[in-house]
Amino acid sequence: MASYPDNLHYTKDHEWIRVEGDTGTIGITDFAQEQLGDVVHVDLPRVGETLEAHAHFGEIESVKTFSELFTPVSGEVLEINEALNDSPELVNSEPYGGGWMIKIKLSDAGEVDSLLNASEYEDFVESQKED
Amino acid sequence: MSNTQLKKTALNEVHRKQGGKMVDFGGWDMPVQYPAGTIAEHMAIRTGVGMFDVSHMGEIEIKGPQALALVQHLTSNDASKLADFQIQYSGLMTPNGCFVDDILVHRFAADHYFLCVNASNSDKDFDWIKSNSAGFDAQVTNVSANYSQLAIQGPRAVKVMQRLIDVDLSAIQYYWFTTGHVDGVPAIIARTGYTGEDGIEIYFDPAESERIWNKILEAGQPEGLIPCGLASRNTLRLEAKMALYGHEIDDTTTALEADLGWICKLGKGEFIGRDRLVEQKEKGLTRKLVGFEVLDKGIARDGYPVFIGDQEVGHVTSGSPAPYLKKNIGLAYLPIEHAAVGTKFEIDVRGRRLAAEVVPTPFYKRSRQ
Repeated sequence: MASYPDNLHYTKDHEWIRVEGDTGTIGITDFAQEQLGDVVHVDLPRVGETLEAHAHFGEIESVKTFSELFTPVSGEVLEINEALNDSPELVNSEPYGGGWMIKIKLSDAGEVDSLLNASEYEDFVESQKED
Repeated sequence: MSNTQLKKTALNEVHRKQGGKMVDFGGWDMPVQYPAGTIAEHMAIRTGVGMFDVSHMGEIEIKGPQALALVQHLTSNDASKLADFQIQYSGLMTPNGCFVDDILVHRFAADHYFLCVNASNSDKDFDWIKSNSAGFDAQVTNVSANYSQLAIQGPRAVKVMQRLIDVDLSAIQYYWFTTGHVDGVPAIIARTGYTGEDGIEIYFDPAESERIWNKILEAGQPEGLIPCGLASRNTLRLEAKMALYGHEIDDTTTALEADLGWICKLGKGEFIGRDRLVEQKEKGLTRKLVGFEVLDKGIARDGYPVFIGDQEVGHVTSGSPAPYLKKNIGLAYLPIEHAAVGTKFEIDVRGRRLAAEVVPTPFYKRSRQ
């Protein structure tokens, strides 16, 4: 079963964000990595880029398919996870840990309030499965 | 889940219990991957052993005094060359020399043939064979419901299966079969597969499916045997450049275009589609299936448009990362003048043009002992 930690915020595009001060760490959820299967490549933005909320920030490719990545909130890219270049499988094995994708400096901390909490996201995932 | 309309193999519940991720695969509810994941499954079969449930595949029996004559009429390869218990890859062709299906022909005897056909085509194939068998003294029976089929594939497959099978597998060459027992259950035991590796495929009573499946998992434990899903079956067959119906071949592609001239024995005498294939061979092909490697960073997937200069000339029929070769590969039809090995062309990957090159195939060939 996929897991959804309580200390994260989630989107309906299956990204998560962990907020620490004015920094947000972003990745994709356990459900998303399960759906994709083995990840073979992650295309990430450049450090310093400014991203609008819900903007396309990259692409993720698995053996079977690909998916676009969208930022949960707006901000400037502070850091990208270079480890994914050589070990994209971290997205599968540690979606909330070593598989993180970007860190951003939040431009409006209030935007986080509009995101889903863990139980809301879990309900959303269940409703998707029933379709 | 609203999958009640999907067909299920006898192992459906077992796949769910054992963690298979189920998807709609051509109308069948099948495991696309197991918890190990597609890459691990692929590597297990290249280097060790893995097992697929392929019970969705269809089986059609042709029996009677004119069984051989009917098989010769229906298929492009020369079934008269088969000895008893030998197997042949062949095509059921349309009058246009295109594919109704690609099949395996097993000869039990001159009056008894057993065809293994694609899952999504089995009803169509049966109807096609029936409607083209008038005048032949032969009975055609769709026996798909009588068999579960498991494919145990990889360099260790024979070693594992010998623990459960009561006939000497070392005496069965690639593309030959026998009858025997798998842990006491009567079975057709064939040395075939769709992975580019050595392997065994068994056909047996569906009622015994769960027990036999679990028995093989247990017998294969010392060799690291894992259950595998259809995603790895696809990457394995692609590395070995084996055609997939609905992708490389269908009722609009001829066997010659598909680079399957070797299963078209134009000199064997009449068969459905022969005249068109003879004509095409004389006139020459205008397009041909080629294998390619993506040179730029990126993955070309099924359906992506293929360009020579500014002209769109076709699409990728199958494209994927190749887990063993660690390259991004695929198959596509190219105009014959651009189909030579070494030719460079472009693929539109979601708006980006990536360079690709025609390469020799199969991409992967196992070393034979």
